[in-house]
Amino acid sequence: MKTAVSQGTKRSGKATGSRLSTAGKKLWRCKYLYLMLLPALIWYIIFMYAPMYGAQIAFRDFMPALGISGGKWVGFKYFIQFFQSEYFWRLMRNTLGISLYSIVVGFPIPIILALLMNELRNERFKKGVQTIVYLPHFISAVVVVSLINAMLSPSNGLINQLIQLFGGDPVHFMADPKYFKTVYVLSDIWQTAGYGSIVYLAALTGIDPSLYEAATVDGASKWKKLVHITLPCILPTIMIMLILRMGSVFTVGYEKIMLMYNEATYETADVISTYVYRRAFKGGEYSFSAAVGLFNSIINFSVIMIFNKISKRISEVSLW
Amino acid sequence: MVKQTRTKIKETPGERAFSWVVAALLVVFCLLIIFPLLHIISGSFSDPMSLLRGEVSFFPKGFTLSMYEKVFKDDNIWLGYRNTLLYTVLGTAISVILTMCAAYPLSRKDFYGRNVITSIFVFTMFFTGGMIPTFLIVQRLHMLDTIWALVLPSAVSTYNMIIMRTFFEQTIPFELVESASLDGCNDLGIFLRIVLPLSGPIIAVMVLFYGVSQWNSWFPALLYLRDRGLYPLQMILREVLIQSDISNMAGGMGDVEIIGDGLKYATMVVASLPVMCLYPFLQKYFVKGVMIGAVKG
Repeated sequence: MKTAVSQGTKRSGKATGSRLSTAGKKLWRCKYLYLMLLPALIWYIIFMYAPMYGAQIAFRDFMPALGISGGKWVGFKYFIQFFQSEYFWRLMRNTLGISLYSIVVGFPIPIILALLMNELRNERFKKGVQTIVYLPHFISAVVVVSLINAMLSPSNGLINQLIQLFGGDPVHFMADPKYFKTVYVLSDIWQTAGYGSIVYLAALTGIDPSLYEAATVDGASKWKKLVHITLPCILPTIMIMLILRMGSVFTVGYEKIMLMYNEATYETADVISTYVYRRAFKGGEYSFSAAVGLFNSIINFSVIMIFNKISKRISEVSLW
Repeated sequence: MVKQTRTKIKETPGERAFSWVVAALLVVFCLLIIFPLLHIISGSFSDPMSLLRGEVSFFPKGFTLSMYEKVFKDDNIWLGYRNTLLYTVLGTAISVILTMCAAYPLSRKDFYGRNVITSIFVFTMFFTGGMIPTFLIVQRLHMLDTIWALVLPSAVSTYNMIIMRTFFEQTIPFELVESASLDGCNDLGIFLRIVLPLSGPIIAVMVLFYGVSQWNSWFPALLYLRDRGLYPLQMILREVLIQSDISNMAGGMGDVEIIGDGLKYATMVVASLPVMCLYPFLQKYFVKGVMIGAVKG
């Protein structure tokens, strides 16, 4: 294989005119690999790239009978309609609000959890803790939301019983817009913090133990070791996770919100993706919804590019 | 690990206190996770009246199995179970095969066009056409109200594909591939005879990742299915557990809720049981998968 490759390059060096046929030869040599790749390639074209082509309905008056490219071209009509609608700011506020809330409160928790678990010496205790904290990740969104409903029920939910125990009045958390974001974010932490800590635990196990030994010999305290060894060593992982998290700042998991919200809480709960769903499937406005969705995709993409660039500048950590 | 225990011999009182604080914090965190689950489980075994009066906290009160009897008599639950099982098996098989077919060629250093194709795939992690155009494509393909709508559009996760590619890059030495091809083995043969037998662990990881997400998914069903006979378990659960709540909220407390809570809890337990029971045994594969993914960020 190696000799074949080096011969190939030598030949192309001699006769630059035959570069195309060299490329053809290289392709031919990989024919079986391409054959393997074919099903996945077709899948990506149909389910990823065809929808991108289909996103043009955002610029057209979509009529189901005329097909994707059959509707009249209307340019940015639906985008402008969205920017001018009363919902625009509400959706931006809610989407960003929920995201930032969950980043500020939720992002550090898996890191802290990993640092704590990493300090455990008793292997069996550590295993037990891990099994428990990863567990909620495997419960479905539907069950988690019903669990939230049960815990927060105004009649017999545990939380309201606690409130009553201390002399308060029961609160109808799920019907009060005031509480929606907090309930969403805290339940998300409950479900994902443990599983999210695995990445950091992996980074922590990768740290060279001799660093700690040297520090111990020099008389460094636990705190000093944490600040000067542990944190710098896992900083690249933290940065990558933060870029990814910030990149999805305009995407809020609509699956859970759709299960949690109701008319009473739309005011603080409705996010871009849930709005897209309602306008399309309850209102039949496909073009308008596609425009809102496309706007969301473009913002997402820009945000992740920007954060990647910033991170590259500051810490030389980047996704690509 | 051995080295760490060596340094641990001289443990100062301060350090010992520190260890206790760490352990205590983790125990508190674990309790916060377990309490809601425990409440649901004990509620499902309790007498519905005491549950309604709010007397059940973390131990069953007035032990009864009647809720479970009701759940198991419910045809919808069984239908959902059967459908979900079918979707999970078929969907996972398709997903794993497609992912593997994409991951192996892209893991080969000598694969011509590797970077271009990787970029084409990875781009979709950051930019998508959106919910509506995807729906229209599925509709155009006449997949609405068929099992294919639930298994095909979400078949490949690029993130999982990258995990698998990383695994291949790390575990299959290129020299092995080279020598096999010198022996006249083509790439398909190499994959089937050398790579596949070495990739048991990563296939397990993928089966679990895809399997759990298919088992727990409900939104594609809401989007693509009108026929209730095709509903997966999670859609049935959504009707039983959540939509009934919302109608209660609108109409105040009705009889439904009085019978409902214990029944709901039992349904939640029954629906989560398979994954919960399997999970502790399979935990190491999940952890492994996340760790391979972490290497590439």
